[in-house]
Amino acid sequence: MFSSGLVLFYCVVEVGRNWLGPFTPHVEISRSLGALPVYAGYSLLRIALAYLLSLIFAVTYGYIAAYRPRAERFMIPLLDVLQSIPVLSFLPGVMLAMAALFPGRQLGVEMGAVLLIFTGQVWNMAFSFYASLKSIPREMREAATIYRFNWFQRFIQIELPFATIGLVWNSMMSVAGAWFFLMACEQFSDFRLPGLGSYLQAAADDGDTRSILLGILTMVAVIVLIDQFVWRPVIAWAEKFKMEQVESSDAPTSWALDFLQRSRGVALFRERAIHPLHERMVHYFARRNEVRAESAGENKAALWLWRIVGAAALGAIGYAVVRVVMILTGLHSSEFRQLGLGLAATFLRVNLTLVLGALWTIPVGVAIGFNPRLARIAQPLAQIAASVPATALFPVVLLVLIRLGGGLGVGSIVLLLLGTQWYILFNVIAGAIAIPTDLKEAVSVFGIRGWERWRKLILPGIFPFLVTGMVTASGGAWNASIVAEYFHFKGQTYSTVGIGSMISAATDAKNFDLLLASTIALAAVVVTTNRLVWRRLYRLAETRFKLES
Amino acid sequence: MTEPIIRAQAVEKFYVQPDGNRIEVIAPVDLDVEPGKIITLLGPSGCGKSTLLRILTGLSKPSSGEVLWHGRPITSQNAGVAIVFQSFALFPWLTVLDNVEAPLEARGVPALERHKRALRILDTVGLDGFESAYPKELSGGMKQRVGFARALVVEPEVLFMDEPFSALDVLTAESLRNELLELWLNKKMPTKAIFIVTHNIEEAVLLADRVIVLGRNPARVRADFPIELERPRDRKSLRFVELVDYIYKIMTQPDLALAAPSATASVTAQKPARQKYQMIPHARVGGIAGLLELLRDRGGKEDLYRLAADLILDAEDLLPIVEASVLLGFATLKEGDVEITAEGIRFAEADILTRKILFRQAALKHIVILQQIDSVLHAKTDHSIPEEFFYDILDEHFSQDEVERQFETAMNWGRYAEIFDFDRASHRLILAEPVSEPHPPTTVPVQS
Repeated sequence: MFSSGLVLFYCVVEVGRNWLGPFTPHVEISRSLGALPVYAGYSLLRIALAYLLSLIFAVTYGYIAAYRPRAERFMIPLLDVLQSIPVLSFLPGVMLAMAALFPGRQLGVEMGAVLLIFTGQVWNMAFSFYASLKSIPREMREAATIYRFNWFQRFIQIELPFATIGLVWNSMMSVAGAWFFLMACEQFSDFRLPGLGSYLQAAADDGDTRSILLGILTMVAVIVLIDQFVWRPVIAWAEKFKMEQVESSDAPTSWALDFLQRSRGVALFRERAIHPLHERMVHYFARRNEVRAESAGENKAALWLWRIVGAAALGAIGYAVVRVVMILTGLHSSEFRQLGLGLAATFLRVNLTLVLGALWTIPVGVAIGFNPRLARIAQPLAQIAASVPATALFPVVLLVLIRLGGGLGVGSIVLLLLGTQWYILFNVIAGAIAIPTDLKEAVSVFGIRGWERWRKLILPGIFPFLVTGMVTASGGAWNASIVAEYFHFKGQTYSTVGIGSMISAATDAKNFDLLLASTIALAAVVVTTNRLVWRRLYRLAETRFKLES
Repeated sequence: MTEPIIRAQAVEKFYVQPDGNRIEVIAPVDLDVEPGKIITLLGPSGCGKSTLLRILTGLSKPSSGEVLWHGRPITSQNAGVAIVFQSFALFPWLTVLDNVEAPLEARGVPALERHKRALRILDTVGLDGFESAYPKELSGGMKQRVGFARALVVEPEVLFMDEPFSALDVLTAESLRNELLELWLNKKMPTKAIFIVTHNIEEAVLLADRVIVLGRNPARVRADFPIELERPRDRKSLRFVELVDYIYKIMTQPDLALAAPSATASVTAQKPARQKYQMIPHARVGGIAGLLELLRDRGGKEDLYRLAADLILDAEDLLPIVEASVLLGFATLKEGDVEITAEGIRFAEADILTRKILFRQAALKHIVILQQIDSVLHAKTDHSIPEEFFYDILDEHFSQDEVERQFETAMNWGRYAEIFDFDRASHRLILAEPVSEPHPPTTVPVQS
């Protein structure tokens, strides 16, 4: 007990000393074995902070959107747009801004990284919470009203439990995505941060195979440990929040949760701390509710506060629009041409990646999905492979590519593929598993095989899953293009034509007008293709190709 | 007369559409809930009984009119009411005990007393030993017992129940009804009045001291009479059967002024509603065919109550099928008896393709919305029309949910009759290929 407290104290002091210390533009990355846990710790800390921030924000945002119809009208479409903007395009801008906000301190760059990870993971969580609140059954809400539940009781006993499962799954997705951004942040040219990402980059810089392997091993170990000690227990625990009428037979289990639930320390903590606190909260809010019921009526001050917040938000948006227009009108026509060219090149590259990814993952995924024995072996392996963020591997892949003599033109496609193929693979496997056995049997009874079997059964069956996978993969690929098309490596800059490389190059050149213009262009293209292509395919998948039970 | 606990004065519910058109869901209703009585509210499905219950409890505000709780305007904070829900509405993540304690927590009752009161109530409803179980471990009947316990623990003056037994199987429902009666008659609960919404006529007669029958579109009180049968009530007794039969009669003859069943029951019938857009009952073609075949096999005529009992169907499930058959001219209704017509016999005896033709003829003759769809599709050069067109027509006359149901049933009938096809991808109705006619309808043998 005492020794773990001491370790904790040391860690806090160390982090504080580092973060509040002066800004070090070129962090020296030590490649000794002893440094690895420290780097892993720094990476973890950033992710944990960003996640905490996301959770608080997501719950607040979802709550307001669900209960204030006037706010809901613009908060939900806004969420939709924010969700489809590639976050990495803001990486350069945010890093520069945060470094300027905290001049001369490491804290600024650290906050920048946390902020970026936050923007990468918060939106789907917020949407999930909002959607959960909206889907609470009417009779359950009425029961709460008729039994006079107060605000606190509603939140603790209905809203939070009801949203837990959605929130847990979205948290898992978000944190997995966060590793991707974190690696990119840690490796980001001028603002390199001590962490696993920069360790891998430094190792690749020197072509040090042993350190590369150790780094990747640590990465996988950290991810597996988080899975075992955080997600598995949380999923098993969240099982009790399922809205099911009958107990399911194969509920997820977790040895870590079993251990915690049997532990006397935890039981004591619940009895001594949680219960009394809960009791006090209950009484406080019950009393307050009575007082408020007597002096009913809308709170004037709160109303004005909302108006002021709304007006401020509108003002900020207006100002931003004016600034953007001013900057965009100041650009040269040659720069516009360059923008168009870059967009087209990246567009082709991203879609080529999707096609390549689909080409190999569909047959492999279906083979795995149709064969339970193969699935048992392949699925965990694929999960571990997918859990390693593509950005962590970028330096390593680049090293191999350069040795083979290829440029970044081909290399960037390999890099994009590395990050996106897993989304498609997992969804195809899930889709293949979900095809009902009786359909498969019917097809074989009628002697349908070969291409006809694919056309009549497999492709329509996996279509909704394939679309889901492609949507996620497409978003990921656009995002990754910013780090994949432009890379500092061994003191050299490798780049290829594309909007991603334009963004990174503009940052290096401190050409903020071009940076802003290309970021906006990228975001606009992604949002438009989402609306025009993916959204429609998605609807088609939801209506025509849905296998209803 | 005793002072009512809840008094509803001309409560009304309507939705105002953007064009100013009013869709009335509940016509002005006056209703008193007096102490010492079990009141049941009967009505066909979707008629607004649950809405009326929510207005009486203060959960939902009427569009006009007023609900008074002991003479003061009702709110969900001042009303001493509890509701038992059809879906139980228990919190699946709380144990049985926590579920029952939750309303007490909301009132700020200290932990020890909360615990004591919850355990006492659980004991009363026969749930001791299940305190630490989660709702999903319980059967439907046990879940609804938890629902009772949660309602009774706040010692409500009026206990409201919204279809409390209709999610349960027949036997469980019967035993729970008896337990409720036992608690009530032996004064084991401090509740002064019980108000039950149901669509089960027998259940109403079995439990109630007073029955209120609601009419549909908009909801209005069609009958309100006391039931003075001695308890325990015998379902086989003549009086009981008479009362059930009588209520069937009221519910199947929407626009008839009513005569009292006998001297013991006084009836206040209200004037019939003004002429409305035709509302089609939500029955499937298969159900209509099944009913007609059954009627033919039984000699063409049957008592509704008997029919419901033999088929183990609630009035809620049976009535739409009967109404649809009547609307299509396949059957007639008189005095609670349903009788098959010549057209109905032809339909019942026809083969699959001829049935389609007969149904098409009947539908185009009697069903307004299908007539409209047919004529619009013929008039348009591309013989197709977006579904919104008909939503717009229906929107003028029905509430949102009802529009959905009307549209769905019209689609079901129209597609069966091959009046049109519906393309789900483009949301358009398309004129169907002319019905394939193996024999023209004139050569179909006519039976009488």
